[in-house]
Amino acid sequence: MPAAQPAPLTLVPPAADTAPRTIVDIRNLTLTYQAADHPVYALSDVSLSIAKGDFISLIGPSGCGKTTLMRVVADLEQPTSGEVTVNGMTPEQARLKRAYGYVFQAPALYPWRTVERNVMLPLEIMGMPKADRQQRAREQLDLVGLSGFERKFPWQLSGGMQQRVSIARALAFDPDLLLMDEPFGALDEITRDHLNLQLTRLWLSTRKTCIFVTHSIAEAVFLSTRIVVMSPRPGRILDVIDCDRDLPRERTLDIRESPEFQRIAHRVREGLMEGHSYDD
Amino acid sequence: MSRSNMARPAMAPWPLVMLAAPLLPFAMLDGAALYLPQIPVALALFALSVATILARRLPASALGEAVLLLVGVAAAYAAPLVLLNQGHALAQAGGLWLYLAGATLLLWRVLALLAGVTGPARLAGPALFGMALVLLWEILTRGFQVPTILLPPPSLVATAFAANAADLWDDFRQTVLISVLRGYLIGCGAGFLVAILADRVPFLARGLLPLGNLASAVPVVGIAPIMVMWFGFDWQSKAAVIVVMTFFPMLINTLAGLQSAERIQLDLMRSYGAGYWRTLAMLRLPCALPFLFNGLKINSTLALIGAIVAEFFGTPVVGMGFRISTQVARMNLDIVWATIAVAALTGSLLYGALALAERHVTAWHPSLRKR
Repeated sequence: MPAAQPAPLTLVPPAADTAPRTIVDIRNLTLTYQAADHPVYALSDVSLSIAKGDFISLIGPSGCGKTTLMRVVADLEQPTSGEVTVNGMTPEQARLKRAYGYVFQAPALYPWRTVERNVMLPLEIMGMPKADRQQRAREQLDLVGLSGFERKFPWQLSGGMQQRVSIARALAFDPDLLLMDEPFGALDEITRDHLNLQLTRLWLSTRKTCIFVTHSIAEAVFLSTRIVVMSPRPGRILDVIDCDRDLPRERTLDIRESPEFQRIAHRVREGLMEGHSYDD
Repeated sequence: MSRSNMARPAMAPWPLVMLAAPLLPFAMLDGAALYLPQIPVALALFALSVATILARRLPASALGEAVLLLVGVAAAYAAPLVLLNQGHALAQAGGLWLYLAGATLLLWRVLALLAGVTGPARLAGPALFGMALVLLWEILTRGFQVPTILLPPPSLVATAFAANAADLWDDFRQTVLISVLRGYLIGCGAGFLVAILADRVPFLARGLLPLGNLASAVPVVGIAPIMVMWFGFDWQSKAAVIVVMTFFPMLINTLAGLQSAERIQLDLMRSYGAGYWRTLAMLRLPCALPFLFNGLKINSTLALIGAIVAEFFGTPVVGMGFRISTQVARMNLDIVWATIAVAALTGSLLYGALALAERHVTAWHPSLRKR
């Protein structure tokens, strides 16, 4: 199996004209499944290219296929047609090489493991020696602000803390790519703001490539370098909005009051409305 | 009145029925009815009980009151035993039985008080409850002269236990340490392994489960003689019966447990590129542990029943089932009861040990977790 190699430059040029390395390349992806009486087009002819260091948000109403798209990238779902490469490999190869960390909607922590041992789980599977993985887990927990909670059990933590543990777990084995499926969807607004701020700092310091699924416009604009607006039936991409030109990479919560932020949020909203007008 | 006194609920009036005891005969001696003032020792005990009730508000804590009232209860329970040993007849002693009834109601209050306290004293409640039951059994069977063939008093069972300790130990070794232990391990182990096989090969699960329902509906008295014919008189036939009884509960529980991992947790293992066996060891088996313990606990009692019943149909001249069947025929019911006591104690201990292990191993489970 070839080692990770630079993917060829894509036909769909990314936003920045310096053409940085493409990490995820999705071409003409279609995924249908058979419901009781009719086929459902979960994804229809989706093409998207994600460059290294990008923070991409997928936003859209329920059923637009944003989670499905990410699950295809993660090889948790098989496309009907089309092509996906991750680091130049098929999603399956990428998964087996542990190219990505996945943060689910729920923390999905194992209740019989302490916080620390939950973060160590992927390292254990990779066969890292115990002392190393303990050190790595402590570093990651420190990074998400959970030092001192190593010996607690997940159910002794609040929902926000549990989700931070799951982010630390996804970061623990230092994957290039971080896939996050509405990680803060179940949290209250204040906790969510706080975690968004932590996440954007984390992203700046680690320079990971992130794909982030969300329902929230504010969250998408605040975090992303690019926003992918999707619409349902069939699931497809309506608009790709570049935030990097108008917003600085380093962001604080105040930025949400700026006219640039408002303008981008407005455009996302327009896109979502347009998607809805096709319905019913 | 102190604050802790305020916190204690008032005593219900029912224990006071004992105050009517002096109005009725308290014992019979040589056909003559004796009243309370005529029996000094009974009068002293009765006075002690009444005194503890009157003084119940004096101790500062609920625990103190419980201990005080317990003295009163103990006096009441001692009275009929003392009178019986002095040769009194109690069958028509209405006063004594009223006293005893009042004391038993008083014990109710003691147990209610103990249920509210914290610390090691909490454990005293269940122990007292058990002791009171055994004592009542002793008092009632002796007081009303119940034929020992129907129900011997516990003291007689204890005597038989001591006199036949060597036999009972041999029975215990043959039935529990040899038959039950081997059958249980084989049955549970096979159920567990086949469950994993069935999990790996889905058609096996679909074929085995209806068969399992069928096998668990087979009566043990039906298969036990067949197993004795197949495997002989010694432990092998008992173990075979136990295997038949325990295999399917274990299989079904393990299968259910293996299905209990959540989708999202499975996706996580997949995202790490973990294969079947690693996912089994690191996710699905830990998830299945509460189910496994359920199976093990159910089977611990089933195994004991299976072995004892199977011994009715042929055994070397030792074993708990053998002892029961032969001693019943000889009308030695006290030995039968002693054997029953050994079996009940063994079953409870096995179950308790498993429950303790479960609490230790699955402390993370929502039903057991402590914040």
